[in-house]
Amino acid sequence: MTAKTLAEKILSRSSGRDVRAGDLAIVPVSRVMVHDSVIDAVMAGMKALGKERVWDTERVCVFVDHAAPAPTPVVADSHRVLREWVRGQRIATFYDAGEGVCHQIMVEDGFCEPGTVIVGSDSHSNSYGSVGAFGAGMGATDIAVALALGRTWLRVPESIKVQFVGQLRPGVTWKDAITKVVGEVGTDGARYACVEFHGVGSLPQGDRITLSGMSTEMGAKAGIVVDTPEAPEWLHPDADASYTRVVRVDLDALEPQVAVPPRVDQVVDVSAVAGTAVDIVFLGSCTNGRLVDMRQVVQLLRGRRIAPEVRLEVVPASRRQFEDALADGTIAALSRAGAVVGASGCGPCLGRQGGVLAGAEICLSTANRNYKGRMGSPEASIYIGSPYVAAVAALTGVIDDPRPFLEADEESFDLLVAHRRRSRPAVGAASARAGDRARELVGAVPIRTSPQVFGMEVED
Amino acid sequence: MARAWKFGDDLDTDQILPGRYAPFMTGQDKFHAYAFHDARPEFATTVKPGDVLVGGDNFGCGSSREYAVAALKVHGIGGVVAKSFARIFFRNCINLGIPVLESADAADLVADGDDVTLDLVAGRLRTPCGAATLRPLPRFAQEILSAGGVVSYLRAHGDFPALD
Repeated sequence: MTAKTLAEKILSRSSGRDVRAGDLAIVPVSRVMVHDSVIDAVMAGMKALGKERVWDTERVCVFVDHAAPAPTPVVADSHRVLREWVRGQRIATFYDAGEGVCHQIMVEDGFCEPGTVIVGSDSHSNSYGSVGAFGAGMGATDIAVALALGRTWLRVPESIKVQFVGQLRPGVTWKDAITKVVGEVGTDGARYACVEFHGVGSLPQGDRITLSGMSTEMGAKAGIVVDTPEAPEWLHPDADASYTRVVRVDLDALEPQVAVPPRVDQVVDVSAVAGTAVDIVFLGSCTNGRLVDMRQVVQLLRGRRIAPEVRLEVVPASRRQFEDALADGTIAALSRAGAVVGASGCGPCLGRQGGVLAGAEICLSTANRNYKGRMGSPEASIYIGSPYVAAVAALTGVIDDPRPFLEADEESFDLLVAHRRRSRPAVGAASARAGDRARELVGAVPIRTSPQVFGMEVED
Repeated sequence: MARAWKFGDDLDTDQILPGRYAPFMTGQDKFHAYAFHDARPEFATTVKPGDVLVGGDNFGCGSSREYAVAALKVHGIGGVVAKSFARIFFRNCINLGIPVLESADAADLVADGDDVTLDLVAGRLRTPCGAATLRPLPRFAQEILSAGGVVSYLRAHGDFPALD
């Protein structure tokens, strides 16, 4: 027996064969996660397979989160179809609109058994590695096959070891740490691979979800945190296991990080983009929509209102996170600061509802992707950062290092905010412009030559 | 002969089919009309069955959305050839029966709009500048592809292909 990585251990145990990186394996799945935006294709897949029923009604988890509550009649109808399917299949675990993001609930409600294989219809299913499960995202047909058979096929991945050393400084978060890793590894640096996170097993569950979920942005098949409190004894990589790459992250030296549009791996220290004007700030998603993230924003806002040109959209990751934030006053503080608080779910992260971006708008988002068109208009720009960076952007209207704001006494805090607001550039952000788009639209509409008579039917 | 549609590195699924045009936003019969809506607005109206997509590294990265591949399937794309593929996109192509092939040299030989021939038997993409070599797929994936996708394979055989 030679040494094994976590992926090799889990897939050997699941498949009942001694498998190594590069081998193909057929494995049972402990859960299948299905969400609203793929249900039509999943149902069509099962029908095409000639399978009427899911293989195990206790092991399927279904969520309405990607466009929820329904923003259009077409989506509403798709949700209706999904609910009827769940009832018809007698699926035990169903979370409807407003309950939260599938990944957050899968972890916080205990559906991710450590050391097992879980497949999900969403690419961020890697999040289940936060508690030691091999979670992998797949497409609708793969999900239909897993629902029908209770099994899936996988190529046993090579592994990349991410070793965190030292301690994060105040004002620097695990989002900064993982964004740094994504910048180092690149969007395809972990393609087909499993990322193992070493040195962080004792972190709170939410921070571990941030790490595992973001492994998707490196192309990884899975992203597993080593030595979590949930993990059984056997679930530990061997000391001399073989890795294709080792990435060491020195937390002591880490600055707040920002991913610059349109790439998640275009990562810089926040100082490199300080002063960039923003129109809208999104605090939410499976990456950073938890109580801890909302609290960090409230901590930095210190009871002040956000900048007048800026909108702040807050979408809690789950009802539990929302209710905890209600109970401790965090939601009230966010609302008083001027935030819009949306129903728990994916929110505008994928551009389907609730605060999507207009052309030329600049967003600072705590989510995980900044591709062109991701959150709405393809002309919009999305910067990815931590909740602290998001709070500064909401407060001042520009991207800036949050640490001076966190360290300042009350008086110098207000001076700092006023200074930053004054220095907000008059170009860049859509909200800094005066009338360009309005003039463009007015110019495009033919001028009426006959007087309009009210009471007559006017076409839309 | 088929037309080659040439793309660069890291082509993401939001370019292939933006999330706002998902089938459940636009309808099952319409979503394919938005393929490459932002990146290549002329694609959906001028693509022909059998056309080949050629790309660089990490083709199809981003979300798990199979409807990005389903849109290509509706348009009858004959195959996708790239230096490397994002893993979920790769699986989705195999599952839906679209030949998906790695090639170290295709991206350098092909220009957008070239007439090309995808020769799966010979493992070559023939281009005006010479033939690119296609990396053979594992037998497991070949069997699924030659059945026309995983659904057809499972219907015919009842289980996955045997592992070597």
